[in-house]
Amino acid sequence: MELFRSANIDWLGKKWYFLGFSLIFSVAGLCSIFFWHGIPTGVDFKGGTDITVQFNSTPHEDAIRRALSQAQIKDPTIERISDVGGEMVGNKVIISLPLSSAQDTAHDQGRSEVEQALSAGYHDSGFRVVAVDIVGPTAGKQLTHEAELATLYSLLGMLIYLWFRFELIYGVAAVVAVFHDTLITIGFFSLTNQEITLTVVAALLTLVGYSMNDTIVVFDRIRENLALSRRDKLPDLVNRSINQTLSRTVMSSGLTFLTVLCLFVFGGEVLRGFSFALVVGITIGTYSSIAVAAPMLVAYQEWRAKRAPVGKRVALPAAKGVRR
Amino acid sequence: MGRNLASRTGAIIAVLVIFIYGIFGVPYGGLKASLERRINLGLDLKGGTHLVLQVHVIEAVNSETDRDVQALNTALASTGATAAKLDPNHPEVITISGGSEAQQSAIHDIITGSEYAGYDVTSTGVSGYKMTMRPTEVAAVEERALDTSIDTIRQRVNTLGVSEPQIEKYGLGDNEILVQLPGVSDPGRVENIIQSTAKLEIHAVVGSYGSMAEAQQANPGGIPPEDELLPGNNGEGGPDQYYLLKRLAIVSGTDFRDAQPSTDENGRPDITFDLTTEAGDRFYKYTDANKGTGQMAIVLDNQVREVAGIESAIRDQGRITGGFTEQQAEDLSLMLRTGSLPASISYLETRTVGPTLGAASIHEGVVASISGLLVVMICMLIYYRGAGVNANLALILNLLILLGFMGFSGATLTLPGIAGVILTIGMGVDSNVLIFERVREELKLGKTAAAAVQDGFGHAWTTIFDTHVTTIVSAAILFLFGSGPVKGFAVTLTIGLMANIFTAVFVSRTIFDFLLTKKPRGTMELSI
Repeated sequence: MELFRSANIDWLGKKWYFLGFSLIFSVAGLCSIFFWHGIPTGVDFKGGTDITVQFNSTPHEDAIRRALSQAQIKDPTIERISDVGGEMVGNKVIISLPLSSAQDTAHDQGRSEVEQALSAGYHDSGFRVVAVDIVGPTAGKQLTHEAELATLYSLLGMLIYLWFRFELIYGVAAVVAVFHDTLITIGFFSLTNQEITLTVVAALLTLVGYSMNDTIVVFDRIRENLALSRRDKLPDLVNRSINQTLSRTVMSSGLTFLTVLCLFVFGGEVLRGFSFALVVGITIGTYSSIAVAAPMLVAYQEWRAKRAPVGKRVALPAAKGVRR
Repeated sequence: MGRNLASRTGAIIAVLVIFIYGIFGVPYGGLKASLERRINLGLDLKGGTHLVLQVHVIEAVNSETDRDVQALNTALASTGATAAKLDPNHPEVITISGGSEAQQSAIHDIITGSEYAGYDVTSTGVSGYKMTMRPTEVAAVEERALDTSIDTIRQRVNTLGVSEPQIEKYGLGDNEILVQLPGVSDPGRVENIIQSTAKLEIHAVVGSYGSMAEAQQANPGGIPPEDELLPGNNGEGGPDQYYLLKRLAIVSGTDFRDAQPSTDENGRPDITFDLTTEAGDRFYKYTDANKGTGQMAIVLDNQVREVAGIESAIRDQGRITGGFTEQQAEDLSLMLRTGSLPASISYLETRTVGPTLGAASIHEGVVASISGLLVVMICMLIYYRGAGVNANLALILNLLILLGFMGFSGATLTLPGIAGVILTIGMGVDSNVLIFERVREELKLGKTAAAAVQDGFGHAWTTIFDTHVTTIVSAAILFLFGSGPVKGFAVTLTIGLMANIFTAVFVSRTIFDFLLTKKPRGTMELSI
């Protein structure tokens, strides 16, 4: 069985469509980040108390809210969790308290207050607290700092590796593509108002690795073809490289996408955000290696050709260390 | 070729056996029990409490200099000079003032003596000195405070009967401690016991007031530096009461030798304590000198628990009464026995997962993994037919190595870790897809099966190497910066990818070569 028998698609001819598509999603995400939902962060980064309560029968949000307000608990958010798989479908609720509940001294207070409030004021069914996350202001700041550093260093690490293995322009193109993927994925979180937690950041970093992976496969082929035939026009050569790797791209991304989809469907609510980030990210990451990274190489080359003195041939660096 | 192939097959089987051993160990009590023994589950899977706390180590520096001030004042008594700490924001600075001109060299000799080698001494004005604890000394005191805190917390947690607690320094910020308590899903009592500094001291009473305002009125010049104002708390509520106490304790933390819950004459719970011999002598001297006139206060965690007149000289036994429940008396004597914390503690992060949620997460993780694995394996079989078998064998071996490594290294499997396993399944086949596509291309160019396999693997290798290195870079950075469960994700992903270089390239290649030896030379057929 074969998906693409000698595919011959003019990818670079569609670069303006790609640019438009990427712009629409990036701008939509940015608009949402700046003017609408912002970057919704979970308890990990903004601090506060998250209490996951398992009810014996379908919980009533209004009754919970009433019970909490009777006990003078301020500004709780109540969110029902919808399990797709798993056995305890739909009876879980996350009650979130703002940062003021998690001051560095009296940590357990918020949780015991909520427990008491529910015992006293919620009579529809029995309940059990199954998980509690309390993050104080200091820890929230530290975790945010940690996530920022990790993202920054992993982008830098890859740029350096690609610089060392290819040429700087390949590294730059790949990092731009990865940045594009991360931006659009975070934009999706903002648009759908899903919380970014520590595990989501882990997913974003994985996505950075994955998207880079995809880009490298295409770049490797471009490098190989450049060494084989230096006389071809660059856009043709890049098109050919993308087409040659197309089966692999679709097959690999498709399979990874399927496993991540399994995780999204069966993995439970704790990993929901994580798998959502990967489902979006893998799609975008595959798209970007074809539609962002490769055209960037060509654009760079054309820009250099324009600046070069008339009559001088300008070739894209074929990159170091081609092993033949 | 034949011999080479045999040794390669041998290597693969050896790896297989080693890592299966890694997963199950020597199986006794059933495979499942063996598996559970070998693989270390994170708190998010087996349920438990994860606490991050911060030790306010500067308080330890403060009590260190307090002690030195006390000793200095004794040593300086004959010279007429006094030592005091004037700036509460800089507990590491001691100021020496007073003393006549003639005594200056004696004062200087005392404060530069070997007992105070940890201080830098500078002269301020005509007859005064500033002693500043050296930064290295401050760091050493802080380090010691952190270590002592860890020891104390460990003892307290052990006494509570928590099994396999993990208490260690935590690298995210300064002076932080990570406490992991498997199986504890209601951390309220543990938190209180850990957090309570249990700083028990006995101070001399200077005065007592009905309110803060009254205390301020009585001391218009502010509280004198050698005294401190503490709130009263007799455990039974009642009117506000403030006490002005001598700052330096008569006996404190390390002077207590033992503490036991007991009951007073009315049958109410209280606590009896014993002092060390040395502290007992000191206490005897003080109580003997002040009997009938003085008052002393028992101060617990900077609150005055009890004030009593000194009726007779006391040597080494005492009792704290009033307002305890039986549980409180028991917890408090536990804390006094295990020693007080050198500094107070605050909580930064508390995460609790109940056992049912943990079990549900394992269930969901396993279902997601198996369904992901099946989907990938079926797709590979349909798309690559015979070669799909290669890829699937390589994939299974990859997972075995991954789990075996977890067993050997004692690394912790967390829920994000399971996600890492699932992602390894997806990304693991990528290498085989790359190779197979390349082999197909080579076959299309008209090469023989053997040559196509040879060149396909050769060409794909560069790409596989680059892609793995970049992904491992991002996973390694996650490992270095990540904390808790996220670290578990980095672990499984990294191991999975490294194992994949072996399985997808070496194992899959060996299977191809094995198949090719059975075919006539120069054949073009290959099920791919």
